[in-house]
Amino acid sequence: MAVVHAAPKWSSNEGVLDTLSASLGDLVIASKEEHGEIVLTIAREKIVEALTILRDKHAYQQLMEMAGVDYPDRAERFEVVYMLLSLTANHRLLVKVNASETAHVPTVTGLWPVAGWLEREIFDMYGVIFAGNPDLRRILTDYGFEGHPFRKDFPLTGYQELRYSQEEQRVIYEPVKLAQDLRQFDFMSPWEGAHYVLPGDEKAQGDAK
Amino acid sequence: MTGLVLEESPTTGDEIITNYTINFGPQHPAAHGVLRMVTELDGEIVERIDPHVGLLHRGTEKLIEYKTYLQALPYFDRLDYCSPLGMEHSYVLAVEKLLNLEVPLRGQYLRVLLAELTRICNHMMNIGSQVMDVGAMTPMLWFFEIREDCLNFFERASGARMHSAYFRPGGVHQDVPLKLLVDIGEWLDKRFIELFDDACSLFVDNRIFKQRNVDIGVVSKEDALRWGFSGPMLRGSGIPWDIRKAQPYDVYDRMDFEVPVGTSGDCYDRLMVRIEEVRQSVRIMKQCLRDMPEGPVMSDDRKVVPPKRGEMKQSMESLIHHFKLYTEGFHVPAGEVYVATESPKGEFGVYLVSDGSNKPYRCKIRPTAFSHLQAMDFMTRGHMLPDITAILGAMDIVFGECDR
Repeated sequence: MAVVHAAPKWSSNEGVLDTLSASLGDLVIASKEEHGEIVLTIAREKIVEALTILRDKHAYQQLMEMAGVDYPDRAERFEVVYMLLSLTANHRLLVKVNASETAHVPTVTGLWPVAGWLEREIFDMYGVIFAGNPDLRRILTDYGFEGHPFRKDFPLTGYQELRYSQEEQRVIYEPVKLAQDLRQFDFMSPWEGAHYVLPGDEKAQGDAK
Repeated sequence: MTGLVLEESPTTGDEIITNYTINFGPQHPAAHGVLRMVTELDGEIVERIDPHVGLLHRGTEKLIEYKTYLQALPYFDRLDYCSPLGMEHSYVLAVEKLLNLEVPLRGQYLRVLLAELTRICNHMMNIGSQVMDVGAMTPMLWFFEIREDCLNFFERASGARMHSAYFRPGGVHQDVPLKLLVDIGEWLDKRFIELFDDACSLFVDNRIFKQRNVDIGVVSKEDALRWGFSGPMLRGSGIPWDIRKAQPYDVYDRMDFEVPVGTSGDCYDRLMVRIEEVRQSVRIMKQCLRDMPEGPVMSDDRKVVPPKRGEMKQSMESLIHHFKLYTEGFHVPAGEVYVATESPKGEFGVYLVSDGSNKPYRCKIRPTAFSHLQAMDFMTRGHMLPDITAILGAMDIVFGECDR
């Protein structure tokens, strides 16, 4: 498909995937090239080794960003994505590892000190633990916050709300009370396979199974 | 006189000299928002800084997961409220990249024109507050005069002074009146450059200003790379890297402009880089005004871009499209992209994961300030207490964006 969008264009992806796969060998579990992005999935224990090779041999000098993603259906539900940038080769690369609450990801603070806060953020938001990070505290949420708010099973409204109490002359925490229910609309058109279950009908279907 | 014993100063002999820890912020005019820094001081020398961020955390990324692609756009204005269009730019480009959607040329020119106006607007705020942080009041007021003009232009283009929501996937929301383009051109030639030069002449060679900024917060090239710096922070350290130049988006590849770099990587260099960037922005804007073609400003792909109101009055199909696009919204093909643009503060990126539905599955926002603020500890170590404000000011931090 011809590229017609106006998003940033870096140097050609041609052959990059082959070169990197050959260089990283069996560290790579999966790789793909879609929407003009090269994505490498690396074995979790080998991530430091793989990123060291990418930084030192393939000139990806900067770790620009790390993102966590939650896929609750998977056995290892979290993905940690490293966005690498090469200033000299003018190229970007996405590197992924899978993780779960119990499977810890080795820290890359030894390679890029910037990873310190980026890992703290993912720990705060998803509860992924980065083994070896010297300062794995919460970063964005409130002091004394519990839970990991960006997980898909964490409700959008949260559990606690706070307000200033005139009687007690301080900020107090209370369970969330919504004046109206959070409105979630199902916009899928009935022709495209949305299934509306009438209250009570799900029991009949449960019996049929 | 003989036998005189000089008296020793009276001490109890059990005092312990400890470091002094102070809280800088969360409410401090030089903290540029709600930043709390636990600062450990040895006398007046900074030993350690632990910035506590997140006091403005609103969970934007989570909220976006519950909104359609179009409804998510206005959240980006509210991230870096000093340069709203710079934030929108990354997001619309990420959506367009997933959709592989073509944007008409006039739409691209308008985006570049207003993105550069945003850059001027942002730098006026930053340079002004940086100068005020180190003690000069007047330049701030003069720069805000320019900022006011910029905001008026945004209002005339989009209807809103700050939260424009003007860039849309597929182009820009509305075409601008010709008079606005004429006025921007005249403003650049006559009013802006005079005001800007006047304001800069107040502090650029000022002795006190230089004493507060030169050789303060020096960052080497290696450190700038390791700490994930971008934008003027990276260029201030002497690395000629500008995403507009290296990885051009929209019509930046047609623009002729220079990328200023610093030589010593101190606060003064970062500030001078920003001042020169403003002049280059003026160059880009003039080229945009000169070369902008006539034509549509939005893609005509009716599965993404809603039809015009006039069309709706005539055509049933347009009415259906309009209704569907403003309720269900458009569906974006499954996949993931990371799109970063050169926002006024540095690399502002959006990592967008789509599962093929009408809402983003995950939208990770890469703020510029987050990485820069992390470097605060090593940049301030060994400096004096008042240098904290100078270093912080030269970082150009806005908490709407840092905390998201």
